[in-house]
Amino acid sequence: MGTFVLQRLLQSIGVLLAVSLVVFLAVYAIGDPVELLVSQEATELERDRMIQILGLDRPIWEQYLTFLGNALRGDLGQSFVHGEPAIQLIVSRMPATFELVFFALLLACLVGIPLGLVAGLHSDSRTSRIIMTGSILGYSLPNFWKGMMLILLLSVWVHWLPTSGRGETVTVLGVPLSFLTLDGIRHLVMPVLNLSIPNMALMTRLTASGAAEARLQDYVRFARAKGVRPQGIVRRHILRNILIPIVTVVGVEFGQLIAFSTITETVFAWPGMGKLLITSIYRLDRPVVVAYIMMITFLFVIINLTVDLIYAALDPRVKLMERAS
Amino acid sequence: MSRPERPVDPMFVPPLVKTPRRSFNLQRLKRRPSMRSAVIALAVVIAAGLLLPLLAPQDPYDLNSFSVMDNRLPPGERSMDGLTFWLGTDSQGRDMVSAILFGLRVSLLVGLTATAIALTIGVTVGLFAVNFGGKIDALLMRLVDFILGFPSILVALVLLAVMGRGVDKVVFAIVAVQWAIYARIMRAAALVERRKEYVEAAQNLGYSNGRIMFRHLLPNSIGAVLVVATIQVAHAITLEATLSFLGVGVPVTRPSLGLLVANGFEFLLSGEYWISVFPGLALVVLIFSLNLVGDRMRRAFEARRA
Amino acid sequence: MNARLLGTLGLAILPAIVPVSAGAEALRIALASEPTAADPHYHNVSPNNALGKYIFDALAATNADQKAVPGLASSWQAVDDTTWVFKLRSGVKFTNGDPFDVNDVIFTFCRVMNNPQSVAGSFTPYVTAFAKVETPDNLTLKITTKTPDPLIPEKLAEIAILSDSIVPHGEITFDLEKKCGVTGEWPTLAQLNSGEATIGTGPFKLVKYVKGAGVELVRNDGYWGEKPAWDKVSLLPVPNAGPRLAGLLAGDYDLIESPSARDANNLKKDPKFSITTKPSNRVIFLQFDIERDKSPFVETADGKNPFKDERVRRAVSLAIDRNVIVKRIMDDAAAPASQFVPETMFGAQPKPEPLVYDPKKAKELLAEAGYPNGFKLTLHATNDRYINDGQVAQAIAQFLNRVGIQTEVDAMTSSIFFSRRSKREFSLSQGGWGSSFGGASNFLTQFVATNNKNLGTGRSNYGGWSDPEFDAVISQANATIDEKKRSELLQQAARMALKSLPDIPIHFESTIWAFRKGLSYEGRMDQYTLAAAVKPAR
Repeated sequence: MGTFVLQRLLQSIGVLLAVSLVVFLAVYAIGDPVELLVSQEATELERDRMIQILGLDRPIWEQYLTFLGNALRGDLGQSFVHGEPAIQLIVSRMPATFELVFFALLLACLVGIPLGLVAGLHSDSRTSRIIMTGSILGYSLPNFWKGMMLILLLSVWVHWLPTSGRGETVTVLGVPLSFLTLDGIRHLVMPVLNLSIPNMALMTRLTASGAAEARLQDYVRFARAKGVRPQGIVRRHILRNILIPIVTVVGVEFGQLIAFSTITETVFAWPGMGKLLITSIYRLDRPVVVAYIMMITFLFVIINLTVDLIYAALDPRVKLMERAS
Repeated sequence: MSRPERPVDPMFVPPLVKTPRRSFNLQRLKRRPSMRSAVIALAVVIAAGLLLPLLAPQDPYDLNSFSVMDNRLPPGERSMDGLTFWLGTDSQGRDMVSAILFGLRVSLLVGLTATAIALTIGVTVGLFAVNFGGKIDALLMRLVDFILGFPSILVALVLLAVMGRGVDKVVFAIVAVQWAIYARIMRAAALVERRKEYVEAAQNLGYSNGRIMFRHLLPNSIGAVLVVATIQVAHAITLEATLSFLGVGVPVTRPSLGLLVANGFEFLLSGEYWISVFPGLALVVLIFSLNLVGDRMRRAFEARRA
Repeated sequence: MNARLLGTLGLAILPAIVPVSAGAEALRIALASEPTAADPHYHNVSPNNALGKYIFDALAATNADQKAVPGLASSWQAVDDTTWVFKLRSGVKFTNGDPFDVNDVIFTFCRVMNNPQSVAGSFTPYVTAFAKVETPDNLTLKITTKTPDPLIPEKLAEIAILSDSIVPHGEITFDLEKKCGVTGEWPTLAQLNSGEATIGTGPFKLVKYVKGAGVELVRNDGYWGEKPAWDKVSLLPVPNAGPRLAGLLAGDYDLIESPSARDANNLKKDPKFSITTKPSNRVIFLQFDIERDKSPFVETADGKNPFKDERVRRAVSLAIDRNVIVKRIMDDAAAPASQFVPETMFGAQPKPEPLVYDPKKAKELLAEAGYPNGFKLTLHATNDRYINDGQVAQAIAQFLNRVGIQTEVDAMTSSIFFSRRSKREFSLSQGGWGSSFGGASNFLTQFVATNNKNLGTGRSNYGGWSDPEFDAVISQANATIDEKKRSELLQQAARMALKSLPDIPIHFESTIWAFRKGLSYEGRMDQYTLAAAVKPAR
């Protein structure tokens, strides 16, 4: 176990290093931030001074090494645009994104698992077919278009919900949260729904296939033969058995959703990390782009590691050493 | 029970990596009624995208064939030269019917080309990994894990931000994020296949590695890959549309469906809905029918395996 | 008994009432772009400068039409070509009680020069142009410039004056070597963003500046000028136009910046709202690549760069129907441009020769120049910088196609556009420029004059156009203090530029403000939204 964790940690550091290099080079290639930052009226002298302050006059490998050295001390650079540490900027946007992702996943589970159970337990019924086809449709709607249609329907035509922003927030332990005010909830509804629909489809299909499989297993047949009531079978035998893949997927999806919320955040002008990334790419705010991707990579590495560990704990048949090699 | 493949995708549930004995029977597939309707829907959309541009009232890529004087007309209005815009016009005065048909073609072109290239690369890599095993296999699969570990949209976004706009560049970005999926599935399928007796027999007969790879492993494990490929076409099309929506995809004068939807975004709130609603619907029909066909194929495939 | 009861009730009710009445005089403004700092010297960009005008004053102020009017200086005078005397307003106090005098001004000049966190020097060029700053008395400032500069009052209108009480200091003099007498640390960006050092003389006081969430301000009751009508102002960044409008309609905001012109036209019909439209100082224009013999994005039969020929440039201008662009793309929130600055601006031609739409003439000129079948061209433009910029570029491409120039459009995000334009990668590019000061001289000096690093002219002359006669006129204008004479010279320079057309003006953007009934805002050419100028309508 210890060796496994160590090995995975070393691997993760390798991944982080590789990503930092690739991203640094890629962002470097996009364009020259000085052109955007320096006013057209600035003299050559000031331009040069600016370039020097930003460290853009040095060779790229030197810039990279400096970046790496600072990164090891937890400093991913200052935003060119905001003059604030990039990490601080990203962290300040985190609660908004996490709130969105959390509720999207919660909703996906609340809707998807029951639907999936219905579909999986009666897999040849008409209801099941409708649910399964519906899940494909839910998955086929492009995220940005779906968001726009929600706006068109619920904001432009019937005026029920606001089109964008976070609404009123309440600060709990220094973290601003939207879901504690009515206004905040009204703002949350559409982005959460938009982010959640493909995940509802995922949960539905995952539960359905798990339930259909479990239904045919011997232990379920025995239970049924013993006369355990159907609800009891579902709760005690089927649900418990399909929980492992669901836990795994929720973990993995958490990371994916943080990345995918970029689109939802763009459509609904939700002030989260994804919106920050898009704006920073457009403004060539290199430190923020690099820091964002590094943090996401870090997050993914942690999630994958945790999922592997939880998975090992839940299912002793998984041999850690085998996966690590 | 094995750990679900990543990236998690409803279409991958349950995992498809178990291998078939032979490629599946298409005849049997065609007899299923639900399959038939899905295939018909798909055929209609593809035909519309590939053939109808010839009949479209306008060439939306030729700036001389429309006029900004006709811009943002609602569905049913007529142009100054008497042409009726059944689905309205966009901000440049393009007939939306023509723009959608041409956009459909761009989307299909991008989806199919990107999938074909990614599939070829992925299958080759997968076969090589199985064939050479050991360090090469481990290295290739680490690379695959690495790519699949990242959200595809972020990778493509950064790639395109670096490269600029263009159909070829979008295809490149999609290939870059999708080949790994095929590599992983191909490897898994071929690994199982290689343990089979006939491969052992071929090895004993002294057949070359190449021959075993391409004559035995490839045809017998490609089924799983092809099933996934149908769904991946849909993915590629969605990805292209999303990238165009974010402003890094195809050029503005050659709008794809995604770009048409994006262009309509700013008019949506003023109630000029047709610019984004109709191309979006076309996109949904295309992606939905692709996913439906892919799903039916997968089920037929598994039913036969069971 | 009754009276006592009422009294008790009244006391109990009072705290509940006060916030309500204060709420009635609160103004909530939705901004299109967010200030990146509350430090007025951090970055010289419009959103930051606009916020600066709430909290701080400058020696001069600019009115809605961008003319310099008295600010913290009640009057000024150019004694000779390089000497200016400013008389400061007496009795002005900073919000911390510190009285305003010459020391605050000099301290501010020095802080501008000692602000390492600022982006690109920001305001330093204004201060480095000073040879000497002397103080004959506590309220008189004598500035000697290194070269004649008629724009000193306008430039000083951009420098927000800080209080010298925010740092420990000895005797303050304009001696940059000796840190001007400042003994402590220079105020930092963080200190100004937090409000700690944000001490000004302006109409409002900073309460809170939270990046991404907005700015809160309260009225400065000790303000020397006309007191604003609002106790409390919130500036909320809402970058998307649609949501801004939705917020106005829902009553979340009292006033919004730049609704889309389509929406504004709908709002006109709604009795609950009003709008103000004001032509801005920003011109949208095309810039030709002229200097090079071969240009990267043109394909001609003879392989040459057609834009070297004045007739081709004229043809491009004649091919574009500016009225259609204004009407169909800009929804009338723009004005067709026949020169580079709006007519109301200093140094503009009152009646410029109109740049007309004549495709027939354009074709003739092209044929005359040796391109009867036109040529192939890619027009480069931004798609997220100016109002409808990507669409304007496509419409221009349509017009050029009609006269035989087969034009493709490559519209990109502004960061990439500016970076590529500065490397001169384009053949024809569509840009925008707001002449925020200097009247007509700004654009001509920046874009038309020959690129000369020593003189600082032609910094944005990416096409490499060079005309010594024009250069002579514009540099003479820029050194002329006499206003009438300078205006004449500027008009002469503009006529020369419009004859040879190294750049083609297309239109002037208009700025729109939308607000609830019961308010009025006259609008500003510099596009600032200033709460002090928002009035409750009678």
